[in-house]
Amino acid sequence: MPKNIRFVQGNEACVEGALYAGLDFYAGYPITPSTEIAELLSERLPERGGKFIQMEDEIASMCAIIGASLTGKKVMTATSGPGFSLKQEAIGYACMAEIPCVIANVQRGGPSTGNPTHVSQGDINQARWGTHGDHSIIALTASNHQDVFKMTVDAFNMAETYRTPVVLLFDEVVGHMREKLIVPEKGELEIVDRLRTSVAKDVDYHPYLPREDGRLPMSDFGGEHRYNVTGLFHDMWGFPSNNPKIVSGLLRHLVDKIDNNVQAITRYKEHCLEGAEYILVSYGSSARSAIHLAQNRRSKGEKIGVLELQSLWPFPVELVKEKCAGAKAVLVVEMNMGQVLTQVKAAVKNPDRVFLANRIDGKLITPSDIKQLLRVIQGRGV
Amino acid sequence: MARQKLKAIVINRDWCKGCGICVHLCPKKVLELDGSDKAVVVRPEDCICCRMCELRCPDLAIEVLTEEGEENA
Amino acid sequence: MAVKDYLRERFLPHMWCPGCGHGTILNALVHAVEDLQLNKNEIVMVSGIGCSARISGYVDFHSLHTLHGRALAFATGVKLSRPHLKVLVPMGDGDALAIGGNHFIHAARRNIDMTAIVMNNRIYGMTGGQFSPLSGPGVKATTAPYKTIDNSFDVVELAKAAGATFVARSTAFHVKECTEMLAKAILHKGFSVVEIMSQCPTHFGRKNKEGDAVNMLGLYRDNTAKLGSKALEEKPGLIPRGIFVEQERPEYCEEYDKIIAYAMKEKIS
Repeated sequence: MPKNIRFVQGNEACVEGALYAGLDFYAGYPITPSTEIAELLSERLPERGGKFIQMEDEIASMCAIIGASLTGKKVMTATSGPGFSLKQEAIGYACMAEIPCVIANVQRGGPSTGNPTHVSQGDINQARWGTHGDHSIIALTASNHQDVFKMTVDAFNMAETYRTPVVLLFDEVVGHMREKLIVPEKGELEIVDRLRTSVAKDVDYHPYLPREDGRLPMSDFGGEHRYNVTGLFHDMWGFPSNNPKIVSGLLRHLVDKIDNNVQAITRYKEHCLEGAEYILVSYGSSARSAIHLAQNRRSKGEKIGVLELQSLWPFPVELVKEKCAGAKAVLVVEMNMGQVLTQVKAAVKNPDRVFLANRIDGKLITPSDIKQLLRVIQGRGV
Repeated sequence: MARQKLKAIVINRDWCKGCGICVHLCPKKVLELDGSDKAVVVRPEDCICCRMCELRCPDLAIEVLTEEGEENA
Repeated sequence: MAVKDYLRERFLPHMWCPGCGHGTILNALVHAVEDLQLNKNEIVMVSGIGCSARISGYVDFHSLHTLHGRALAFATGVKLSRPHLKVLVPMGDGDALAIGGNHFIHAARRNIDMTAIVMNNRIYGMTGGQFSPLSGPGVKATTAPYKTIDNSFDVVELAKAAGATFVARSTAFHVKECTEMLAKAILHKGFSVVEIMSQCPTHFGRKNKEGDAVNMLGLYRDNTAKLGSKALEEKPGLIPRGIFVEQERPEYCEEYDKIIAYAMKEKIS
């Protein structure tokens, strides 16, 4: 059978991944540079009986997908910086009420309206701490379309597994660039479906009582179990509670269910990493330049490698520590003022040898941008 | 059609907050507030089973139970 | 089923103040649902934040207590993904028309089949008595110690203009009317709005010298009149009650089903 090979934008790869993962419902609002996701899904979803709705604003889009998820649907929305800011309160709601959903943020320059049509990776920390209060979150990213597809599928799987919102942190370059995508056959990639309760009708169902394995089986709104969902701290039935034990227990659960599974959630790739003296830690479109440089210099005998992170939150501290242990220096290649740099510095043994190779002018960081800095660090001058 | 006849006015004292709406808006002054500010039935014989106390009660604390009365002449 | 069968009795007595009109609205709503003999598994109540929003905890339906102002947006997701469900969206006046005003007009514009109940007490009760966009001028509130200068929305006119296909108004005094209106609104195919004027004796009443709950209910009796009544004709300054709009227009979920049917056919051919 011939492979399903496509030549697509990154945003389209995200759409293909979402549909492959079983997306049923999308609500969104137009915003550059993510709009193609909405446009494509407005066509593709109804073809398969799914639903697409263009809401009145970014907030409403986030709220609508949460409502739809509660009825048992796989849901997503897509946006960019300003919209991501607006969605934060409702993302916190999905964290608190433990509602599976996927939010794609195709990053552009910020703050504020910023640089709508140009690339940036400035929303890494916002993905982690954009909503108020303690919580944990999963954020995935990718540097090429095959991985955009794969990470999108993973995002849906993790949303179901951990009953949590999952953020896809793409960027303008990945979103708009066209390259090859091979859409996997059905069954090639694992799909995690909604875990539904086996509690029978008329038997007390506890929507917020985790099983032994930590998972919380759900019951669809409209089904046999009527329960309450709230953004307030709540007991195992979903009813509001300010009992100190229940409050602290729930908060711990919300954080632990993700942070304790950092290994299972971690996604990364190694490029020329073996024996590397200089390690470039990168992700998203900036990783493309880092990989290009490493491959290029390797062929000339230089020991440069790339650790490409595909999961940014929970931050893979142990992985970074282990992979960077033998390096003379670590360069974090990203298009912001050092948001992942801070994490890498905190992870490694020798933070003084961690440097930032960045670009913040709306242009994609190039291999020669990185090379220049690397030469300085190596004591070779520019 | 048979007229509704009062069987009982059941007041849930745990739910009643003593706002007095039932007392003051009853057309026949069937209810009063007692010493602990809870609604009580004092003149059940005057009740015309209009159910306005039950429907207006913000605490959902009143239930007017009726039975079929004599046929209307 | 009896009225109590629609309540989660273990959470009562409720948290509202003595004499709060919101309790009466809950009362009317469960009576309406009982009159219609609806299946509890097919009702979803979506509420926002505020005193009003607590209503969803007391009913034995699927209940979704959401964010301030966003109830209709959440409800839109529920309804569009499962159109056979009855979706009830009770909201406070600030909830529905200040922070949630945009969702209100857009849900009406779409004519999506759900029932918005505006529990209008003209005040933010939960936060202690600040004025709302329905307070109107000349009202005292904790954020208007010298009285409000803000004009108010007319919920009925706003809902009409935005395209709601069922628009009604009643008060917590007129409970039979309320119950009937709610039942009609729930049965109506399309976006229905029922504004119910609801007394807040604790904050609005006290600050504005309107007396206790009984007195405030008396004001609803005296200051409103039925649509088409002689009283309204003679005193046009009274607040009209009744059903202002009841019309048929294509409903959003049904229209989307047509899109699906078309898209599927296009794909096959």
